[in-house]
Amino acid sequence: MSNITNQSLSEILESIKSKKISSLELTQAYIKNIENAKKLNAFVTTTFDQALENAKKFDNKPNNEQLLSGIPLAVKDLFCTENVKTTAGSNILNNFIPSYESTVTKNLWNNGAFLLGKLNCDEFAMGSSNETSFFGNVINPIGDHLVPGGSSGGSSSALAADLTPATIGTDTGGSIRQPASFTGTVGLKPTYGLCSRWGIVAFASSLDQAGPMTKTVNDCSIMLEAMSGFDDKDSTSINKKKESYSKNLKDNIKGLKIGIPKEYRVDNMPKEIDELWEKGKKILKDLGAQLIDISLPHTKYALPTYYIVAPAEASSNLARYDGVRYGYRSQKGKDLIEMYENTRSEGFGDEVKRRILIGTYVLSSGYYDAYYLKAQKVRQLIKKDFDDSFTKVDAILTPSTPSSAFKIGEKTNDPVSMYLNDIFTVPVNLAGLPALSLPAGLDKQGYPLGLQLIGKALDEQKILNIGYAFEKNCGYKNEIKKWWS
Amino acid sequence: MSLDKEKIKNVAKLARISVDEAKVDSLTKDLNSIFKFIEQLNELNTDKVEPLTSILNQSLRSRKDEISDGKIREKILKNSPKKNEEFFVVPKVVE
Repeated sequence: MSNITNQSLSEILESIKSKKISSLELTQAYIKNIENAKKLNAFVTTTFDQALENAKKFDNKPNNEQLLSGIPLAVKDLFCTENVKTTAGSNILNNFIPSYESTVTKNLWNNGAFLLGKLNCDEFAMGSSNETSFFGNVINPIGDHLVPGGSSGGSSSALAADLTPATIGTDTGGSIRQPASFTGTVGLKPTYGLCSRWGIVAFASSLDQAGPMTKTVNDCSIMLEAMSGFDDKDSTSINKKKESYSKNLKDNIKGLKIGIPKEYRVDNMPKEIDELWEKGKKILKDLGAQLIDISLPHTKYALPTYYIVAPAEASSNLARYDGVRYGYRSQKGKDLIEMYENTRSEGFGDEVKRRILIGTYVLSSGYYDAYYLKAQKVRQLIKKDFDDSFTKVDAILTPSTPSSAFKIGEKTNDPVSMYLNDIFTVPVNLAGLPALSLPAGLDKQGYPLGLQLIGKALDEQKILNIGYAFEKNCGYKNEIKKWWS
Repeated sequence: MSLDKEKIKNVAKLARISVDEAKVDSLTKDLNSIFKFIEQLNELNTDKVEPLTSILNQSLRSRKDEISDGKIREKILKNSPKKNEEFFVVPKVVE
C-alpha cells in the first residue's frame, strides 16, 4: 500500500470501501507526503490532529454509502473553515479564524470527507502564478523553477505532488483551469450558480465560482457531485435537482458537435499549443464527434472587459477590510481615517492594491459610463457570441492557456503580460459557462499542456463525458519525479 | 487617457489606502499600462447594446424579512483586533 497516494480518488475510494486500507492509514500516508514536501510551500495551514481524529472516527464506524467516504482533503485557503484559520493568502486575514463553514466545504464533509489542511493561493485569488501570496510563492512539482499557476496554485501543486487525493479551487478568470493546465491535472469551473459562494472569501462576485481539481475526469465528476447544490444563503445559487455526474459518466460521444473557434488562434502562440489543439481535434473526431468551425468575434475584448468588471467588484468587496471587525489593524495613524488607510496599505499586497485602485477609479463619479457600463455592454456581446454558437454545437474545444508553466519571477514586473495568461479562460467566466481543463500533452521541455472544453450553462455532464472519452484516448500520463523529498 | 500621480493619489484616498510616496511612480506606470490595455474596448460601438447585469436567466430570489439568526455577539466580536465585552473599539471619532 506504499503507493496509495499516487492513485486516483476513485481508486482510493475503492480501497477504503473494500477495507484494503483504513482511512487512518490513508491519512497518515498523506501527512507523510506533506511533511516531505515543505519545499513546495503548498500549505498555509495543516490540520493533521483533527484529520487523524476524523479518520479514526470513520474507521470505527465506517459509512461507505457516501461519495467521499473516509477521504482526507486539503482545500484552497479561500474557503472559510470553522475554527481553522482562513487567510485568502493575505496578511490582512493572517489571524482570521472563521466561526462558520463555507457551504461548499460543508457539502464535502457531509459526503464523508474531512479537512487535511488549507492550501496557499494568490492573495484574494488575484494572480496567475501564486506569486502574490503573503505566504510566499508555491512551487510547481513539475520543476523547482516553475510557477504552479494561479490563483489556485497551492491546490494544483498539492494535487500533482500527491499531497491530497483531490482538491477544490475557485475560478474567477481561470484560477482553476490555468493551474490545472500547468500541472497536468483536471480542473472544472462549473456554471455560475451551481456551487454556492457562501463562505468563500469574495473577489468578484459575478464571476467567482468554486470547482473541483482532480487527477482524472471520473474524480472530477465525483467531487462536483459532492460540492454542488442549491444554497439558500447564496442569492445567485441555482435551484435545480442534484445530478449524479459520476453515475451518468459515459464515454460515447458519437455524433456530438464540437465547435472550434477561430479567434482562439492568437498571435505569437507557440506552435506546440497549435499542435496540441490539432491533436485534441483528431482524438474527438476519431471518437465520432463532428468538428464545426465557429466564430466568437468578441474574444479579444474579454480580457479588457474582465479587467474592468473584476477590479470594480473587488474594490467593493474588499471595502470590508477596515481593521475594525476582523483581520489585521495597523497601530499607526492619528484618527479613524488614517487607521483605515494604514491598515489597508500594510494589510494588502501590491497586486491587490492595484486592482482596488483600478476598481475604485472605474466606478468613480464621471468615469462609470466610460468604463464600467461599457464593460457590461461588451460582456453582453461576449455572452451573445457563446449563445449564438451553442445553437450550432454541443461543446467548444480550445487550448486552456497560451503557454506552459512559466518561470518564477518571469512576469512579476509586467502586470499586463501576467494578465494575458488568462486569455482563453476569462471569456467563460464573463458568460457564466462551465469549462473543463484536461491534461493533453507535453511541450518540448516536458511541461504539461491543457485543452479546454466549454459547455452550455448547466451542461457539465456533457463536457465531463467528452473529457472522459478524451482522457481514455489521449494517453497522457503525469510522471512527476519527487525531487523535493 | 492617462493617469497622473495626483489622480492616483486621489483614487487611493477614495479607496482608503495610503500610498507610499516612493511607490507612486511605479504604480503610475503600471496603472497606465493596464488602462491602455483596457481602453481597447473603445474600438467597439456599443450604443445599441444593453448592459449585462446578470448572467443567470432568473431574477434574484426574495425572502421573508424575518430574523433567522442572532445572539451570536461573542462569535462576531471574536475576530476583532480591538473590542470590549460588547462593542468593536475604534480610534476616537468625536471630540
